[in-house]
Order: sequence, then structure tokens, then C-alpha cells
Amino acid sequence: MNDALQGFFNALGDPRLYFLLSCGLLGASLYWRKWFTKIGTGVALLAFAVVFFVWGLGDRDFFAIAMKPDNVPIAGMLVLVGFFTWLALRRAVINDELRARGEPTLEERAASQKVFVWPDLVYTELICLMLVGALLVVWSVYLKAPIEEPAAPAISPNPAKAPWYFLGLQEMLVYFDPWLAGVVFPSFIILGLQAIPYIDRNPKGNGYYTFTERPFAITSFLFGFLILWVSLVILGTFLRGPNWSFFGPFEYWNTNKLEPLINVNLSEIFWVYWLGKPLPQFWLVRELPGLLLLVGYFGVLPIILARTVLKKIYIEAGFARYQVTAFLLLMMALLPIKMLLRWAFNLKYLVQINEFFLNI
Amino acid sequence: MPETQGSPYEEPLNEYRPTRRGFLSVLGLAWLAFTGATAATLAAMGRFLFPNVLYEPPQSFKAGYPDEYTVDVVDERWKAKFGCWIVRTNSGFYALSTVCTHLGCTPNWLASELKFKCPCHGSGYLMTGVNVEGPAPRPLDRFYIGLGEDGQIMVDKTRVFRQDKGQWSLPGSFLEFKVA
Repeated sequence: MNDALQGFFNALGDPRLYFLLSCGLLGASLYWRKWFTKIGTGVALLAFAVVFFVWGLGDRDFFAIAMKPDNVPIAGMLVLVGFFTWLALRRAVINDELRARGEPTLEERAASQKVFVWPDLVYTELICLMLVGALLVVWSVYLKAPIEEPAAPAISPNPAKAPWYFLGLQEMLVYFDPWLAGVVFPSFIILGLQAIPYIDRNPKGNGYYTFTERPFAITSFLFGFLILWVSLVILGTFLRGPNWSFFGPFEYWNTNKLEPLINVNLSEIFWVYWLGKPLPQFWLVRELPGLLLLVGYFGVLPIILARTVLKKIYIEAGFARYQVTAFLLLMMALLPIKMLLRWAFNLKYLVQINEFFLNI
Repeated sequence: MPETQGSPYEEPLNEYRPTRRGFLSVLGLAWLAFTGATAATLAAMGRFLFPNVLYEPPQSFKAGYPDEYTVDVVDERWKAKFGCWIVRTNSGFYALSTVCTHLGCTPNWLASELKFKCPCHGSGYLMTGVNVEGPAPRPLDRFYIGLGEDGQIMVDKTRVFRQDKGQWSLPGSFLEFKVA
């Protein structure tokens, strides 16, 4: 029974299944949000998470990962992220019903019950400060800092993992050229977040939680944060093992786990497999299929989207702001697309131009 | 500018009353001093980046006699000191760099699977150094390898041979050595 359950969760740890399931769970909880935000559902989900975690700790391999001093904050983070997403969505659902009936929102009602900063807020903050301070003291006393052996250039720890909060970024490095995944994409994350107030000037949702008034904005934000950041942190922590291979959460980290992978580039698939020709010598010809694909993705796809799915946004935002929005969205979507292509077809790079260190 | 002579009760005589010109020249002096101090600090920090003595192993080394190596085995004895694997095949020797071409971690040689595997992002290389797995964009670099006058193998890490530039066919990237 125990083995069968562990085998089931190991099977869910397959990256393709894990990723699609995470997306499906996010979509389902947004679509059936009325059911998802019931108190009973929330308590049941929390109970499931706690039972799963405690049961998992009985397994030696799961325990080794989850109880590593580095990784302990993750358990807390997962509960907090889940709780606050649930809470925000719950208030959004209540507000949407209230506004549908023409009644004031939860936040508007609370506005009439204002209290003073001093002493009400400051006292609350002081108590929080002491509690968190005490927690940190106990934590630092009981969990030793994971100091490892002295650094040696010839020895890399196996697996060599970044701090847990950067594991999403490290995962990105598996799929793109270092300067893209390490410099360009993180910059786009920061610039894109900074650009949101300028490209999205919709005043709805200011000062109150809502979902029905902002479905697109909230879904894209939650996809970027929960899927592309939080779920990749989980993937990097629990599913990446020695040699950066994939392991199930209850699987022993065998350094010699055999993983036959032969990566192929899009150019090789196109020229060698489909056309049966040798790879062209000149890089522009060789990478033409990938380059055309990217031109279509960033150049043509926004135009198609503007006439179909994103028509409303295009009309509301105007040409320039729509272009920026579409570009940022497509940049964001490039990561999951590339991950799934790698996992499903061993596709290495869409465009590989070593001549210019450009590998996409 | 005429000096205003007021009563001592209104204008204390010893009070410092700068003119615009005087104030600017004092400010300029202070600014110059600050710039000078900053420049000196930066220069000292820059000097710190170029130490007098560098405890680095030499870039070229003697790697013993050819018969100390086994055919089809990746020899790891120079990995820690010189960052180099020496591989012997049926027809000769080549020296591989231990720096992953993706982001520069040190891969591990997995003898049971006959491949180099990087622990950072999962790049994998065959025994020849050719990349087949993960994000590594090109094969591992090879170093110059040759036979010295005393019959020992010589490796020169300053001469790098890159496969993607077609340099693996150049003399020096491979040391011909038939089994006697």
C-alpha cells in the first residue's frame, strides 16, 4: 500500500505530468473558484498537505530532501503561498457577488471601521516583531547552517543547487543559453513587472479583491508567479537530483541512474531528419527554420492574437501598449514551451548559433 | 561688495561670512579632495586585483609515460591539479578540459555510463568530449597534447582546440600512439 502510493507520487513527479498537472490545478481552482474558496475546501486542502508531508517524512529519501536545513523554509513558503492565494481568491469571490448585487465590497465596509496607527497598528507590529524574532532565534539555534566542505575548483557538489529561492532561475538555465536565461530573461521579469502599471491602466480592482473584473490580468500573474516561479522551485528542490536528472520525490538519489538522452537541435530535425540532407555550413541557412519560427512567434503571432483571443485588450490598450503586452506574454510563454519541447522531444535549441553565442 | 557695518549686537564680528566666490572655491577644494580620496581608494582596490604572486599550477605539464595509461579509460589523475582529463584510445591520446561549456562547472566522469555529466544543469558529454545531453552548446575543449623528448606526454593548456571551430583535426589536438 505504502509502496504503491509512493510509486504513484513518483509517477506524478515526471516533469511533463507534474508541469501539466500544476497548470491544470491552477486553471481548475480559478474556474471552480466558488467551490475552491469554501472554508471546507480550504481546510481539506490544508489537511491533505499536512498529512502528505507527515506521511512523506516517513520515507528516508523524502525526509533527506525536506529536512535539509536549506529546504525547511520551502514547507513554510508553500503553506503561506497557498493560504494567501486562497484568501485573496475567497475575498474576490465574495466581492464579485457583492458587486453583482450592487452592495459595497468587503474593503469598502472595512473602511468605515478605521483605527489609529498609534497605538493599534504599532502594538500589533510590536507583537509580530517579538514573535518572529523568537521564531528566528529558535530556528537558528536548532537548525545548523548547512556549511559544506572547503571549496575546491575540481569538485562540484552533485547535484550543485542554487539556494532554494533561485531554483526557478537555475531551471531556466537548463533550457536556454546562459546569457539569455541568466541575464536577459531575469531582466525582462523585472522590467515587465515594472511595466505593468503603464501597460495596464484599467482602474478596476483598485483597492478591492475581484476576479470577474480582471480575469486575464490575474490569471497571467498567477501563471507567472505560481507556475513559473513557485512550482519550478518545488521542481528544482524535490525532483532534481544528482547529475541534474529527474527523480521522483520518494526515489533514491542514485548518482548512476541511467538516463539515455540524445538532444537534437531544430536545425538537425529539419535538415537531416525531414529533408535527408547534411547540415548546411553557413549558419544563417542552417538556422533558418528556427529563426523563421521565432519571427513568426514574436512578429506574426501578436497580430493573429490581436484579431482573435486578445481582441478586447487590443482595442482597449491601443497598438503600442498591446505590442508590449503581447511581447512580454510571449516571452513568458517561451519558457514553458521550451521546457515541454525538451522533455517531450529532447529538443535542445530552436536556434543554435555558436558563432554568436546565441542559443534559444 | 561693501562691508555692512552694523551694531555688534546684531552682527557678531567673528562670524564667518563667505562670499559666493569664496564659498565656491572652498567647495571646489573639498570636492577635489573627495575625488582624490575616492580615486586613491579605487586605485588601491584595483591594485588588489593584481597580486604580486599567483599560486597557480603551470599551464603546461608533463603527464607521465604513455604506457602508464590504459586504453579506453578516462584518466582523472590530473583533474584536481591541472583541470584536465587524459583519455587513451586504441589509436592515441587526447586531453579534455574539465570545464563544462555551458556555465563552467566541473562535470563528473561516470565510468559505468561512459559519459561526463555536469551536476549543475545536467549537460552530458561522451568520452570523446562531444555534448549530447542538456544545455551545453558545444563539446568540451581539448588541450594541446604531444610527446616530449624524454618520451613523456606533454600537455599545454594555453593551446585550446575547439570542435565547433573545426580544430579537432589540427595537429596537436590528438597524439597518435599505436599499441605496440
